[in-house]
Amino acid sequence: MASAFFANWRQNIIYIGFVVIFIVFAATLADKGFLNPNNLLNIVRQTAMIAVMAIAMTFVLSAGEIDLSVGAVAGLSTVTVAMAIAVGGPFVGVIAGLATGLAVGMFNGWLTTRIGIPSFLTTLAMMGIAKGVAMWISATAAVPILSPGYSWLFGGGNVGPVPVLLLWMVILGAIGHIVLRRTGFGRRVLATGGGETAARYSGIDTKAIKFKVLVISSCAAALAGMLYAGRLQSGRFQLGEGDELSVIAAAVLGGTSLFGGRGTVIGTIVGALMIGLINNGLILMGLEFSQQLIARGGIIILAVALSQKRA
Amino acid sequence: MSATAAAVRMTGISKAFGGVRALDGVSLEVLPGEVHALLGGNGAGKSTILKILNGVHRPDQGTIEVGGVPLTTHTPEASRAAGIAMNYQEMSLVPTLTVAQNIFLTREWRDGAGLIDDEEAERRAAEIFAMLEVFVDPKALVADLGAGQKQLTEIAKAISQDAKVLVLDEPSTALAVSDVERLFVFLRKLKAKGVAIIYVSHRMDEIARIADRATILRDGRHVITAPLSELPIDTMIEHIVGRRSKGLSDVERTQAAKGEVLLQLKDVSGVHKPEHVSLTLHRGEVLGLAGLLGSGRSSLARVMAGIEPIAAGEISIKGRSIVIRKPSDAIAAGVALVPEARATQGIIPAHSVASNMILAVIGRLSKAGFVETKAANDLTDAQIARLKVKTASREHAVATLSGGNQQKVVIGKWLATDPDILILDEPTAGIDIGSKSEIIRLVRDLAAAGKGIIMISSELSELLTACDRILVMADGRVHQDLPREALDDPDVPVDDQAHRLQAAEQRLQIEIQKALAVQEI
Repeated sequence: MASAFFANWRQNIIYIGFVVIFIVFAATLADKGFLNPNNLLNIVRQTAMIAVMAIAMTFVLSAGEIDLSVGAVAGLSTVTVAMAIAVGGPFVGVIAGLATGLAVGMFNGWLTTRIGIPSFLTTLAMMGIAKGVAMWISATAAVPILSPGYSWLFGGGNVGPVPVLLLWMVILGAIGHIVLRRTGFGRRVLATGGGETAARYSGIDTKAIKFKVLVISSCAAALAGMLYAGRLQSGRFQLGEGDELSVIAAAVLGGTSLFGGRGTVIGTIVGALMIGLINNGLILMGLEFSQQLIARGGIIILAVALSQKRA
Repeated sequence: MSATAAAVRMTGISKAFGGVRALDGVSLEVLPGEVHALLGGNGAGKSTILKILNGVHRPDQGTIEVGGVPLTTHTPEASRAAGIAMNYQEMSLVPTLTVAQNIFLTREWRDGAGLIDDEEAERRAAEIFAMLEVFVDPKALVADLGAGQKQLTEIAKAISQDAKVLVLDEPSTALAVSDVERLFVFLRKLKAKGVAIIYVSHRMDEIARIADRATILRDGRHVITAPLSELPIDTMIEHIVGRRSKGLSDVERTQAAKGEVLLQLKDVSGVHKPEHVSLTLHRGEVLGLAGLLGSGRSSLARVMAGIEPIAAGEISIKGRSIVIRKPSDAIAAGVALVPEARATQGIIPAHSVASNMILAVIGRLSKAGFVETKAANDLTDAQIARLKVKTASREHAVATLSGGNQQKVVIGKWLATDPDILILDEPTAGIDIGSKSEIIRLVRDLAAAGKGIIMISSELSELLTACDRILVMADGRVHQDLPREALDDPDVPVDDQAHRLQAAEQRLQIEIQKALAVQEI
């Protein structure tokens, strides 16, 4: 087992890299509180939203598509949730958040599969639309959420010592992993991205698969927005801004192919945690924001380069 | 025959693609428990009718019954539900999935909890391969397989469906002879169980061994359906070839003056194919490579053009031994390849005629990094005039041209490099008959102008019209080196050009089949 793991080290670079970086930070940053349980749980809290979106992004990339609108949709959903809670309470808020994701996802899917606009463009345009709508309906102001129950369940709470956000990440990760690996839907997603013509000839409705992954992605983005809103007890259009790049980086770091056909949810979650870990470590090192950006970019390039199969 | 319901009855099927009739009122009836061969030349409509049966294409006209039940929905799902399974030529495999995952794609084995059980799928896949007595690793990624193993995976995928109708489209192209024999043993077992098998192959000897009846198509029309006992191989070939050579037969053949030796191959082998090929090409000569798909013709062309590495042997040009490691080496040595896949390897469809024409000589036309517009335009205009390319202007996108004119752009692009040796791989594929004879004439003219030309074509009538000498290839080797005259039938009068060409085509077809038979011994 162990020898097979290291024989395929390029495939498993994310796990090796995660452990290596963790050990380096543990050794060098121990005196700055890196190993403090609270610090470690904070990494999880900061990473959970990225991880939730990245789980869905794994499906999108595996099907050979991309979704650039996730960050903006998360921001939009924080606003719709907060406004709906103000009007009708937490239950209505949750419905509003999910409806936001469903509506955006169906629109993305419809444009991509029926009109035939590549998802790169569909979702790039949607990124602007979602952000604009969020700014417009909130008049660019933060919308407070005054429901402790909502805030506990969606982001703020703990079960004993365990943050609720960690539970969200673990439960959605487990579901995502099983769906991708062990269900007919997951297999169809991988087949669609791996060889669309072959999948179609094998009787797979590849358009329906692409539609579904885009809907799933937007719904996951809306859920991530709900978690942001719960954690910060407000809805703001800026929340989630720029997350799409971290989300895609997490999935690719984890071993999901940008060209489709290959994806792993567990790798994605570790990829998301690794990005969180790097951010945390660089802050504790006392690097300035500009230096953090450079170091983070360098580490991601290194990891992805090492994971590439050599011809 | 009417007592038992036919396994498949396709009646009056017509299908057109953008104005081109691929099928015209074709009927096909296959009985349970028979192996039915489907035969025809390139473009006869075999693939189209199979894709209609399999739900990939929708017929414009006609009806399909499977086991007496009309098939009204035309999707791959519906056809499969009706009990039809088909292997495609590597089209239905997903490279990123494993062999077992591909075989059972959309029919995955489930465990008790309803989740996909890949281990069970791997066991079942191994059983199928064991039954065929071949070895393919069910856990291997399809992307890592060679062509033969992919073919076996395709076949395993088709037979794993327990279909009532099994369609095998050229299953033997990538198989070793012993594998084909095992496939036949298995097909006979299926036949005994009442499965109807539609078998497509260009290998007449195989057809003669396995098939009970055959249907022959030509130019999208039904020619004949008959028991194999009434169809000896030469009769089959006659029906396949027919009299479709008009238009080519009026290309005048003149004996070109043979000059110095331009190209010589000594015992050249590629990594897989070709194997130990030796050949000589003279100035002013057109040399044809005949053979079936997988015979090594295109690999040989790619080795000469530096696209595939040479594994052994020696290439010399004008008497000097040279080393070709990459395409630019070949170009520098005066070898140009007009590749097989025009749309992907030959042209950049969205770019203008001019920018395609100068692609291979940008360096020569540039000064200080800038392409000299005037020189580029002059070159393009000269090639358009020389090759009679029909285009609205040199600035029009190549995609707006007809197939024949696109091919002329590719040829023009390579002529711009001023090669001594021009290799043309299927130069007339997918272009209309008028343009075909124009391309053939162009090939003759280029040879007369002192180039040495190697031409690959699956259309034998074209090879016969264009070439001075024809090498017959099978299994990566050259089996025959025939001067063009050797294929003429002395009994056919010289002035009956169409008939002469047809007779020569039958002879060449027989030579190709003989080459295949040699390899089986």
